[in-house]
Amino acid sequence: MLAYTIRRLLYALPILIGVNLITFGLFFVVNTPDDMARMQLGAKRVTPDAIQKWKAERGYDRPLMWNSAATGSAALTDTIFFSKSVRMFVGDFGRADDGRDISREISTRMGPSLAIALPTFVLGLFVAVSFALLLVFFRATRLDFYGVVLCVAMMSISGLFYIIGGQWLVSKILHLVPISGYSGGLDAGKFLVLPVIIGVVGGIGASARWYRTVFLEEITRDYVRTARAKGLPERVVLFRHVLRNALIPILTGVVVVIPTLFMGSLLTESFFGIPGLGSYTIDAINAQDFAVVRSMVFIGSVLYILGLLLTDFSYTLADPRVRLQ
Amino acid sequence: MMGLAVQPMLLWSDVLLFVMIAVIVALLIWARRQDALRSAWGRVAKNRVAMAAATVLAVFVLIGLLDSLHYRARLDDRAGTAAQYAVEVHSALDALLSQLRLRGEKTYSAPLATHLFSREALENSEQREFPRLKHGGAHLGTDLAAHENDIALRLLLGAAGGLALWLLLLAALHRRYGVVFKPALKVGAGETASGAVLYTLLAIFTLFGIAVALGGGYHVFGTDKVGQDVLYLSLKSIRTGLLIGTLTTLIMLPLAVLLGILAGYVGGWVDDIIQYLYTTLSSIPGVLLIAAAVLMMQVVIDTHPEWFATTAERADARLLALCLILGMTSWTGVARLLRGETLKLRELEFVQAAQSFGVGRFAIMRRHILPNLMHIVLIALVMDFSGLVLAEAVLSYVGVGVDPTTISFGTMINTARMELAREPMVWWSLVAAFGFMFALVLAANLFADAVRDAFDPRSSA
Repeated sequence: MLAYTIRRLLYALPILIGVNLITFGLFFVVNTPDDMARMQLGAKRVTPDAIQKWKAERGYDRPLMWNSAATGSAALTDTIFFSKSVRMFVGDFGRADDGRDISREISTRMGPSLAIALPTFVLGLFVAVSFALLLVFFRATRLDFYGVVLCVAMMSISGLFYIIGGQWLVSKILHLVPISGYSGGLDAGKFLVLPVIIGVVGGIGASARWYRTVFLEEITRDYVRTARAKGLPERVVLFRHVLRNALIPILTGVVVVIPTLFMGSLLTESFFGIPGLGSYTIDAINAQDFAVVRSMVFIGSVLYILGLLLTDFSYTLADPRVRLQ
Repeated sequence: MMGLAVQPMLLWSDVLLFVMIAVIVALLIWARRQDALRSAWGRVAKNRVAMAAATVLAVFVLIGLLDSLHYRARLDDRAGTAAQYAVEVHSALDALLSQLRLRGEKTYSAPLATHLFSREALENSEQREFPRLKHGGAHLGTDLAAHENDIALRLLLGAAGGLALWLLLLAALHRRYGVVFKPALKVGAGETASGAVLYTLLAIFTLFGIAVALGGGYHVFGTDKVGQDVLYLSLKSIRTGLLIGTLTTLIMLPLAVLLGILAGYVGGWVDDIIQYLYTTLSSIPGVLLIAAAVLMMQVVIDTHPEWFATTAERADARLLALCLILGMTSWTGVARLLRGETLKLRELEFVQAAQSFGVGRFAIMRRHILPNLMHIVLIALVMDFSGLVLAEAVLSYVGVGVDPTTISFGTMINTARMELAREPMVWWSLVAAFGFMFALVLAANLFADAVRDAFDPRSSA
């Protein structure tokens, strides 16, 4: 197990280096820092001095990969590549355009993001799996047919509609919860209810339909026939046998996203004014704060790779036959 | 000096769209000759839901194609000069809808309204009042009491016109192909889904008739902030949605197919490199990679204004770049599927037989592996479409979507969103955009399901 973990972590390293190189290429090679400065400063204020100042403020005034002016190891370290990209591996993301430390910002914003994403994830999983089991229980009946139609219709609706419609109905017409905002502690509850419900409802169509396919595939297996032949009630067959055996495909799709929950949801957070990482990212994109976007790309891939690793571990929990070596 | 009244213009996206249509037509002709494919398409053709969805899609595609025939109108000639053409680029759809396009109002007005949405100070009055619309209900004159009756009358006339058009179509089908009505219109029993298609057409014709009848005198879906007709904007958005939904997949397909088959069939270090490539790319969260790439693309476009002659060309380049970026971030999934399937195919008897006959590697990949992967490619193409149409709206909201001057569902929603806090609410642009998008995506989803069921060998058992 330990050896496996270490090996997997070592496999992850080249991927992270690849991600790092891609982001570096995107942000510094496709466009030179001069181009970015010109764009951010706007046409009117562009002077060579302003560009120099802009670059110096952000540490972009160094050479890209190789500093021929420096001596020794500084030739490698006193470059944009080292200071902006390599430093990410040790958690140093530099400063945002407003001068704040990105690492600190991330650690304070993770809480609100999780407060939304975690309940949405757990509740969404529970509701979707229950609904799918219900459809499978009534398979090949009208209920199943209209259930699937409902799923397809729900997944054809834009996610933006769920948010805008939900805010309008619940907050503006019914005045049940505040339309947006956030506060720490127990007060947060009233701000979280609506985004969580909207997140669950918006995701149910696609996921319930997918779980239904997984269950239906499982239900044609021999062991299910055996279980029925033993005289087990359908309820037991579904919950004890089918659900357990369908866990592997479900885990494959589900566990990967658990670590990425930290990233929060871009849309939900920005519509509901929740100060999490999702709204941080959106603000950075709108303000063209490249340092923040770069950091979020890197963190996102780290978390995704972590999710892949967790998926493998979860197999051993769900299926005792699986051994990691 | 005589010249054409218009100067036809091909934007790059038009070229790609027409190439794509040509490829699809060629593929269809090819598929007709293949027994397995013909029987699979036959299953789709018997599926009533799929055919109804296909009819709706066909209407959307028709609108999109009309909107892809671009031209620049000719300006008034001055003696002795060469013909001059307007800077603005219009399409055939614009020409058809010039009634809607040109009759703008000052600002917001509700659907079918006769007055603007907000009060304004009028010239000859002390109070602030709702000003009369310039075009909406202008035919009523001062007789505003007739407003509701007029709408009802137009509704009836429009629906009757639609019905008449449909009956004409039936009559034409009967004359030309000897279609007998009673069995053709039967829904449920029978071999074909012709009833579903005809009834869908009836619904579309009726809606079309109503839209024409009402649109002649009113703004059917109201007007937006700068007074543009929302129905016109919705129809223009269709092309953008279709382009993003199809071009993206088509751009990435050759890459995904090539790399997927190579990785699966050749194996070894080729496999390692390709796997590394797609694992790395897919480990970056999609939205963030797209956002980063689009931000950088914006910088490139902004720093090279000399590349584009007109704003339409710039917006078009941005649209294509967006498709390219979406494609680059989404080819990984298809490549992984194709690699897995190739690994399976490689061990099958017919491939081994070809190998023992000494057929070359690339000939095997082309002649034996590729045709057996086409169903995955097709399924990926239709399944991705609806997701991409929905993604466009989200990306435009995030600020990394199409050019703000491009009319799309995303830009419509994004501008309408600003007015949500208004009291009373300006809801019609949002509802129109979401409604059209829902119709397009639902039809695509239903059609995609049928195609998958028909082509997936696992489900045909």
